[in-house]
Amino acid sequence: MRIELERRTAQSPVIEFLAPLLAIAAAVLIGGALLSAIGKSPEQAFFVYFVEPFSDAWSLQELAVKASPLILIASGLAFCYRANLWNIGAEGQFVIGGLVGGTIAVVTYGMDHALGGYWILPAMLIAGTLAGMLYAMIPAFLRVKVGASEILTSLMLVYIAEITLDYFVRGRLRDPKGFNFPQSVPFEDIARLPFLAEGERLHAGILFALAAVFLASFIFRRTLFGFDVKLVGSAPKAARFAGFSEGRLTFAVFAISGAAAGLAGVCEVAGQIGQLQPVISPGYGFSAIIVAFLGRLQPWGILCAGLVLSLTIIGGESAQIAMKVPLDMTRVFQGTLLMCVLAMDVFTRYRLRLIWRRSA
Amino acid sequence: MTLTMFELVLFTILTAATPLVIAAIGELVTERSGVLNLGVEGMMIAGAACAFAIAIVTGSTALGILAGMGAGMLLSSVFGVLVIFLAANQVATGLALTILGTGLAGLVGSGFIGLKREAALHLHIPFLSDVPLLGKLLFSHDLFVYLGWALVGGVAWFLNTSRSGLVLRAIGENHHSAHALGLPVRRVRFLAVLFGGACAGLAGAYLSLSYTPFWAPGMTAGRGWIALALVVFASWRPLYAFAGALLFGGATVLQLHAQAAALGIPGQLLTAMPYLATIVALVVLSMRRRRGSVAPASLGLSFMPER
Amino acid sequence: MNSPTDGKPVLVSMRGIVKRFGVFTANDHIDLDIRAGEAHALLGENGAGKSTLVKILYGLLEPTSGRIELNGVPVSLESPEAARAAGIGMVFQHFSLFENLTVAENIALVLPADEKLESVAARIEDLTARYGLKLEPYRPVWTLSAGERQRIEIARCLLQDPKLIVLDEPTSVLTPQEADALFSTLNLLRVEGRAILYISHKLDEVRRLCERATVLRGGKVVATCNPREESVRSMAAMMVGTHLVDLRAKPNEADGPARLSVDGLSLASEDLHGVSLKDISFAVRGGEVFGIAGIAGNGQDELFAALSGERLARRAGDVHIDGISVGREGINLRRQYGAAFVPEERNGHAAAPDFSLSENILLSRHATGEVTRGLSIDAAAAKSLARQIIESFDVRMSGDDPAARTLSGGNLQKFLVGREVSRTPCVLVLNQPTWGVDAAAAADIRQRLIDLSRQGAAVLVISQDLDELFEIADRMAVIHHGEVSAARLTREVTREDIGLLMAGERKESLHAH
Repeated sequence: MRIELERRTAQSPVIEFLAPLLAIAAAVLIGGALLSAIGKSPEQAFFVYFVEPFSDAWSLQELAVKASPLILIASGLAFCYRANLWNIGAEGQFVIGGLVGGTIAVVTYGMDHALGGYWILPAMLIAGTLAGMLYAMIPAFLRVKVGASEILTSLMLVYIAEITLDYFVRGRLRDPKGFNFPQSVPFEDIARLPFLAEGERLHAGILFALAAVFLASFIFRRTLFGFDVKLVGSAPKAARFAGFSEGRLTFAVFAISGAAAGLAGVCEVAGQIGQLQPVISPGYGFSAIIVAFLGRLQPWGILCAGLVLSLTIIGGESAQIAMKVPLDMTRVFQGTLLMCVLAMDVFTRYRLRLIWRRSA
Repeated sequence: MTLTMFELVLFTILTAATPLVIAAIGELVTERSGVLNLGVEGMMIAGAACAFAIAIVTGSTALGILAGMGAGMLLSSVFGVLVIFLAANQVATGLALTILGTGLAGLVGSGFIGLKREAALHLHIPFLSDVPLLGKLLFSHDLFVYLGWALVGGVAWFLNTSRSGLVLRAIGENHHSAHALGLPVRRVRFLAVLFGGACAGLAGAYLSLSYTPFWAPGMTAGRGWIALALVVFASWRPLYAFAGALLFGGATVLQLHAQAAALGIPGQLLTAMPYLATIVALVVLSMRRRRGSVAPASLGLSFMPER
Repeated sequence: MNSPTDGKPVLVSMRGIVKRFGVFTANDHIDLDIRAGEAHALLGENGAGKSTLVKILYGLLEPTSGRIELNGVPVSLESPEAARAAGIGMVFQHFSLFENLTVAENIALVLPADEKLESVAARIEDLTARYGLKLEPYRPVWTLSAGERQRIEIARCLLQDPKLIVLDEPTSVLTPQEADALFSTLNLLRVEGRAILYISHKLDEVRRLCERATVLRGGKVVATCNPREESVRSMAAMMVGTHLVDLRAKPNEADGPARLSVDGLSLASEDLHGVSLKDISFAVRGGEVFGIAGIAGNGQDELFAALSGERLARRAGDVHIDGISVGREGINLRRQYGAAFVPEERNGHAAAPDFSLSENILLSRHATGEVTRGLSIDAAAAKSLARQIIESFDVRMSGDDPAARTLSGGNLQKFLVGREVSRTPCVLVLNQPTWGVDAAAAADIRQRLIDLSRQGAAVLVISQDLDELFEIADRMAVIHHGEVSAARLTREVTREDIGLLMAGERKESLHAH
């Protein structure tokens, strides 16, 4: 018997919709097998990962809080990946956005605020967004001007961003009254993202995520720029024939994805954390890559995928507490999920045929 | 600087370069066949964790090494099936491999944190190893270092003079032509991917069994990515990759010495040195090659024959 | 039908060969006999099933059903190795060569593994002596011309001592003189008793070389004949199934001003293996079709890019459209000045293969604002424009708005030419407009180009198909190594003149004729 793949002549909407769901199912099965291999109960794990988070309002909010940065970053990354450009350094752009935005909060801490200080939060958001954008322009610039692989440079910049944050949090931005702990002063309320409801956990960051989904969806569907992004990714020579500049487009998509990641970073420090720490991201920038692919680079798909990935993060944390499953299980699951998504993607492009005999 | 100090620095450069050499040579063979495997970091760290775990459990360094290579090959085989037989996107699959490998390494290694082992045995040839300077540099390493050298020589010979090497290069150059001539494109690519995985696993085993004989999460510290950059830096040639690894090894050692010497440079800047150096190296290399590329022409492209 | 080789034993016999791809039947019960020492032509349109049949014979495709016999014994050709072992050699149309490997390395790849490169080199020298196949073993392929590349393919084939040699469109990249040299080599091989399966749509050549022909249409054998007893016209009718109408062209009286002119264009290649353009000057007047002949890889793509604006010239004055200096302007501005362009590669350059036809309208038409509103796309306008082109250019396809890659070569090319011609541009530049297109579609496209020019447009056709240029061009020039020769009236030059220029003879030698 032999397996053959046959190119589909037309896309099948049913398969396109089913593929991510099948991928999730496959990843859950593989994850369950792995858990039982390390002596944990897959049934209990399934409950902890996928049922418990829906059981109370607190967890539901937590789900949204963790999904927001993922959705925001992934919406930006969708621009890059559609154009076949590989910004894999969103983690670094997130960190730099958080650092630069957070710095404003730290510097203005305890000052007598002009205008009641209402400018501080917007300034943080803008500065963080711009910082993430500029940081993402480095690999774009190196790719366009000297032809250096954006994959490797954007990834190296992640390490450098993390080290930079570490340096400042242990140095100039450290809280002088913080008993030498490597962290900044807690931000003042005026420098925090408002919560959507009094006494709850859900902060305004989710609004940015939703806005990003709307905006990306509009751009991809309706504008010449969205068309250009897809065209460069699908047939670069045809894009040149259409008169679109690949260099300009590279800058644009890196700028967009960097800005989104930077904004997510500043939202994280101004919303969730409330101060600067040596580590401000549990790997959002990398998980967002999975979100982008699981969502098939479609903004609305990314919205759903962000919630799924957020579920694995929260589930992973509770599984660590409830079942003593190492936190690395989350990574394993995420890696497996991405692999399954990519494998399933094949069936959207090819039809599987089983050949039972070799004809003479 | 005294002779012993100088000797020591050169010696440590050679050891620091070894994991980069081994991983880069493996990836070089993979890329020469036309496959870009970005999962080196993941395979390396999984190799490190498995090698250390098995070495502790069995007490055997040799079994540890085999386990490291096995882990790398296992992961690379998953990658190979996806990108070669299912034509999945190579960049994204490579990233998935890194995430998966890092996670698996954490799972495997979680029971072994804080344990220590004797480093792998170093060669000592009476008389030869005692020759000043050269004796220490050439004849008193552990077997990984020699393995790395042998890999460089072996792969250089394989690619440039052997028939199988010619077939591999031809497949990386143009898979349509290769297929039309009846060369087994997908089989050769799969083998090349497995070789890359074995090398990455071996490089990881070196880290946890010899370089720093313990397991720590994240201990590869981006060396897999640097190895990838080295392949580009070396223009896909084994001897250049060796030279590049020595340069990077040098950067690492300088950083350690500068940290020890307390020159007043922030530690973080020194830690960032290898990453900055990688970017600079990529930029310099790419600038030199503005006109055309020497990369294997089919690198990163899927091949799906019709039957 | 009688052929001189009727009495000879059958070497290869293909019986009832069927090959299906999904629902599409590429070969439908094909029978083919090839006798020892004969030159057998396999004729048919693009898409008739010739390539599929040949790939089956060379072990690259597996037939859905049917059998192959060699000297009367059934064989299973599972792979090219098996085919080579059975004595079948293949010279591909699109060479299966490796640019960065040397000639000897390219040849060694198909020889037994214990063969040393030095001995390969020695055997190449031997072939040079025996068949006049001049080759330098240690040159990398990318430095070689198309003719030299083909010699590698033939040498590679001969070193395995084949009984049957399959050649797929071997002369499409050769000058007429190079083609003559190829024919004398092939005749030598036949005298040695080897059979030749010759695939071509150039019927003159087939009449010169072959004593038997099998004609395919729509995946079936529709005729076998002795080409020497047929005329080019009668064989063409068998291939196409109907008689083709001749092109109608009013004589052109173009003496108006130049609408497209190139003045001293020089441009270094960006590509490692590319061709640099050297001091090119010519002018195309309104009302004429201007042809640029040349063998592939002599700077045609580079010239097209410089004319279209995909690459900018060094000086604004290098290219003029209707008198406006556009050398430093991009492709969209040139479109706004009224120019239109059709590149050679359909899927991937002229069209995005995975995009629908209406999306492909956007590629070139967004520049002129017909399918956009500001920065947003007017999808409805693009759809209706696509529909108009599909109707007026008779584009056949399945579905309402299918992806470009699902169309056949001829239909996609009609759509792409239609996309540009329907704008009635003042200047139209095309690169290999009918390459790989079936005869009916090719005739249709050529007629449209003539009609457009007679409406006053300047039409520039870059083509390696000399027949095409002699059919439609009013004036002709030749591109060789990035240089363009002086233009001549088509009716005043012969194929031999053009052939010499294509081979790189100096311009002066032409006047000596």
